Amino acid sequence: MIRYTLRRLLMTFPVLLGLSVIVFLIMSLIPGDPAQAILGSYATPENLEQLRADLGLNLPLPQQYLVWLGNILQGDLGRSYTLNRPVLDEVLERFSATLILAGTSLVLCTIVGVTAGIVSAIRQYGWGDRIITLLVLVGISVPAFWLGMLMIMYFSVGLRWFPASGMTAAYGGGGILDVLHHLVLPAIALAVVAAGVIARLTRSNMLEVLRQDYIRTARAKGLGEHRVVLRHAFKVALVNLIPVIGVQAGFVIGGAVYIETVFQWPGIGRMLVNAISTRDLLLVQGGVLVVAAAYVLFNLMADLFQHWLDPRIQA
Amino acid sequence: MTNFIRLIARNRLAAFGGIMLVLLVLLCLITPWLPLDDPNITSPENRLKPPLSAGHLLGTDALGRDILSRLLWGTRVSLAVGIAASLVAAFFGSLIGIVAGYFGGRTDNTMMRGIDMLMAFPYILLALAIVAVLGPGLMNALYAIAIVNIPFFARNIRGVTVGIAHREFIDAARLSGKGHIRILASEILPNVLPVIVITMSTTVGWMILETAGLSFLGLGAQPPQADLGSMLGEGRRMMLNAPHVAVLPGLVIFLLVMSINLLGDGIRDALDPRLKSGALSRPAPFTHIRRRQVPPENGSAANALLDVQDLHTHFEVGRRTHRAVNGVSFTIRHNECLGLVGESGSGKSVTALSLLGLVASPPGVITEGRIALEGRDLLDLPHRSIRRIRGRNVAYVFQDPLSTLHPLFRVGHQLIEAIQQHQAIPRQEARELAVSLLDQVRIPNAERRADQYPHELSGGMRQRVGIAMALANNPQLIVADEPTTALDVTVQAQILALIQNLRETKGTSVLFITHDFGVVSQVCDRVAVMYAGRIVEIGPTADILDDPRHPYTQRLIDCVPRLGEPNNEPAAIPGLPPAADALPEGCAFADRCDLAEDACLRGDIALRATDSDRQVRCIKPLGLPTRQGVMQ
Repeated sequence: MIRYTLRRLLMTFPVLLGLSVIVFLIMSLIPGDPAQAILGSYATPENLEQLRADLGLNLPLPQQYLVWLGNILQGDLGRSYTLNRPVLDEVLERFSATLILAGTSLVLCTIVGVTAGIVSAIRQYGWGDRIITLLVLVGISVPAFWLGMLMIMYFSVGLRWFPASGMTAAYGGGGILDVLHHLVLPAIALAVVAAGVIARLTRSNMLEVLRQDYIRTARAKGLGEHRVVLRHAFKVALVNLIPVIGVQAGFVIGGAVYIETVFQWPGIGRMLVNAISTRDLLLVQGGVLVVAAAYVLFNLMADLFQHWLDPRIQA
Repeated sequence: MTNFIRLIARNRLAAFGGIMLVLLVLLCLITPWLPLDDPNITSPENRLKPPLSAGHLLGTDALGRDILSRLLWGTRVSLAVGIAASLVAAFFGSLIGIVAGYFGGRTDNTMMRGIDMLMAFPYILLALAIVAVLGPGLMNALYAIAIVNIPFFARNIRGVTVGIAHREFIDAARLSGKGHIRILASEILPNVLPVIVITMSTTVGWMILETAGLSFLGLGAQPPQADLGSMLGEGRRMMLNAPHVAVLPGLVIFLLVMSINLLGDGIRDALDPRLKSGALSRPAPFTHIRRRQVPPENGSAANALLDVQDLHTHFEVGRRTHRAVNGVSFTIRHNECLGLVGESGSGKSVTALSLLGLVASPPGVITEGRIALEGRDLLDLPHRSIRRIRGRNVAYVFQDPLSTLHPLFRVGHQLIEAIQQHQAIPRQEARELAVSLLDQVRIPNAERRADQYPHELSGGMRQRVGIAMALANNPQLIVADEPTTALDVTVQAQILALIQNLRETKGTSVLFITHDFGVVSQVCDRVAVMYAGRIVEIGPTADILDDPRHPYTQRLIDCVPRLGEPNNEPAAIPGLPPAADALPEGCAFADRCDLAEDACLRGDIALRATDSDRQVRCIKPLGLPTRQGVMQ
């Protein structure tokens, strides 16, 4: 376990480095002159030249990258010109809001998806299975942003059960309960698609595992069906599902972009969309970098968990 | 192709999706000729009309534009963008996948590392970064979605290509002097094309959804151009006073994507051969039992441990019925070892698994018979009671211990589980018992081995664990289903000695299943020979080995090479056993039998006693003075 952990950690560094290269390259592909973009069209050639030198734009690309990477490693992601504050501060603040939303959603979709998948598998071709299969189809086909709007229309405006926007109440808000109250609708809307995918893959995995010889052995031992399904079969299925859940985590974080827009959640997705509209590229770059790095670390943890469950897996 | 369409049509959901998709596409194609308002003509005096207004079937939006018309035109755009993105992604992704998979080595490594790197990003985030660089716009959204989907295609196609690249026909093409490009185009591409199509059919819906999403965020289609996503985005602003403006485009996206997904699933299922054979169905915890009549209690077997009478176990696959076990009867006495011998497919394993309802169901069904354990008919007991007998009164040892032990639990844990299932003792005590069981089956270092996983043990060790697990609750009967087949000869001898020893010390009965008469002669008191789902001969081991009555038994014994008799060539039996779903009338062995005559092909041939303790299913048994006279 320790050796695997170390090896896996070592493998993470090149990935993070690769991420930074990709982000850097994408941003340096931007047509036009960043100095021009920053100073506007009335800048003098001298000012432009000065800024270019300050930004290191005159250096060759690899050198620019190293300077840029050095800054990032020191926590300097630059300054957002639209918000006039350090990118890192803004990104971390917004990302924590997204983590609350996406984290809740991920837990929700995993629990619901896995449960539905297991039920579907052990009731194969029965009514439960058919209903779940249909719901799963609806779930993976529905546009999350549309679903969010329908939920607002029905549960916020119609029934007035849950607030339609924001993370806390504008007046007298705050506290965990208030956040939870605001969290219900967006978290569900965000979880639906991933829950569908997880349910579907849980079902097929469970069906695959339940046919294995060791399941027959477990039954031959006289174990109860609950134990056979939930411990013997599910443990193996779970090993296969962990990468799936890892991928879904990426989709949930991505989907948060829409859901945050619909529910006015002050997360990083909405920040990115605004930053793209206002061409605040440093903010986009910082946001993408931080989220992607967090996602890599999440997948690292998923891998470690998978190895812990199945010691046969090697790096 | 027609077959393929029929398969899809049989899947009602897929057919429904297909029809819906065709209708939507047709509607999009004929949109320019439909009597609709211009989608972009504004009329402020008609703004936000609700659906079913005069002249505007689905109402109007905030600028008074006709929603029905805009929906149809928007669907055209969304569909076109989705398909285009999918084609772009499929083209570049497949190109990368084919090249990486075909050339392998460093090319493969470099390309796939790059692909992995792209996949390290949360999907939509990468699309956002790309749009950020290219600037908002429908075409840019298309590129962004296409780019982020490239890795998906690249990986799938690479996997398939790797599988093909080392096949003989590729080598042949290479030897014939064809260049790489020609091989790629004429040999590889046609073989991966179906996979590309399937991958596209499963991703098109997703890409439509994603491009609509970018438009919804205002990063895709820019006014006056409109796709479904941007219409939804505009509608969001008036979601409270005019919900239809937002609900309708969303509904169309939903229907479009769902119809594509339904059809895509149908295509995938139709192309997956495993689904047709029913291989993906889940075996129920107990074999289904459907007995029409129950054989009466067998008086003569009153003091037998196990008495099986006229057992029929069938596999019902589609409209076919495979009669795997077709009327098997035998008894096992206390402390007796009965061998069940036959070729693969003769029904011996199914017989063994039928005893405690472990035959996979579906497709297995027990249709007739009686299985009495100490007088109790197991086929009549509730599942709860059967479960209590499993592992406690009757325990199994299976053939391949690598696949029959759970891969993710330590062997000690698996033993403890077996113990605690039937004995109410604390975990620590169960563990001690588990270790002593491992000791009993002569596993060295039992204490340490208990903490290892099956994959850390050798084949012989694993089988010892399997036997230890069977012994955990001191069963009356051990069913050993080819326990030594997967092992090499020395280990096999050790395992056989172990089983023999356990029988002597614990007084356990054994049903020993094997295809090897050599093994039978070492451990079995009596032996039953099975052929095509029936017992053809049964009797004491020594008698049968010395003096087989059934021609099949004779041939089977001849298959065993004998040590020190180099002239005794093992003789293979020509031909194959009959298919279990088309058993012939009369003797199933007749067409492989040298002695067969017309009478062998007619009517049912009964199992008849030839001696006090021997029975044979043959109308002219070997080694008897007259043909039919001796038999009752």
